Amino acid sequence: MLKFLLELSSSVDIARRYFVTNGFDGALTMVGLCMGFQASGGVEPSIAAKACLGAGVALGVSGVSSAYISERAERRKALNELREAMVDNMKTAVHVNAAKLAPIFIAAVNGLAPFIIALLVTIPLWLASGGSALSFDPLWLAMAVALSIVFLLGTFLAHLNGGMWLWGGLQTLLVALVTLFLLSFL
Amino acid sequence: MTQLKRLLLDILKPHQPNSLVFAQGILQGQSQCRVNLKVIEMDAKTETLSLEVLGSDIDFEQLSEAISSFGGSIHSIDEVDVQTSSDCTQAPQ
Repeated sequence: MLKFLLELSSSVDIARRYFVTNGFDGALTMVGLCMGFQASGGVEPSIAAKACLGAGVALGVSGVSSAYISERAERRKALNELREAMVDNMKTAVHVNAAKLAPIFIAAVNGLAPFIIALLVTIPLWLASGGSALSFDPLWLAMAVALSIVFLLGTFLAHLNGGMWLWGGLQTLLVALVTLFLLSFL
Repeated sequence: MTQLKRLLLDILKPHQPNSLVFAQGILQGQSQCRVNLKVIEMDAKTETLSLEVLGSDIDFEQLSEAISSFGGSIHSIDEVDVQTSSDCTQAPQ
């Protein structure tokens, strides 16, 4: 039933789009934060980890709330238009449940994407603050994780449109590298 | 006791779910039923269907609830085929 409601409201396609865009936002924000810490002469890994996690939580909350509010408004509008076309209030129709479920599902995806990415990016920082010996600077490692995620998001997009995965990954990676270049002037 | 054998309904429904899902969905809970669905007219947000339901004993109440739950609305009952369960060819004594 859940799958049917999500298909009926085309939520999966929209959530996929939100996942990539907000995930990309999350990864680039982490790159920016790490680069900022690096430019300021480096900080304790635990401080950097908490700052990154804080940004991840903020992006997550922002993603959940903004997507929920906007999607709920859109769904209500679409349902009201359908009710007018049907000349019926459709009280018992699955469309009503689909219109309620869609904003929740899309908001969850939109919020979880940057939060999970922030958690992944901060892994080297948490390891370093826990005393684990890392072969590279944890901030550079965190940035490498963020860039890898950006690359993977690009390959995911290429997979969706049937393009070449390597080209898709390189395109998004190029955007991240341009960001890094701009941040190098800090 | 009568048994509903055939119904021809005029239905208005949203484009989604599509006709295949709609036809399969409204038969849930009905035993030994067959549906013949024809799209008569397409509008911007809705479509008008001619729905023929054939069965050994169609539960109209359940069918109508299923149609509503999939967003459909019965506009008219155009044809009905009803049969008594006892042999109606015997003349009353």
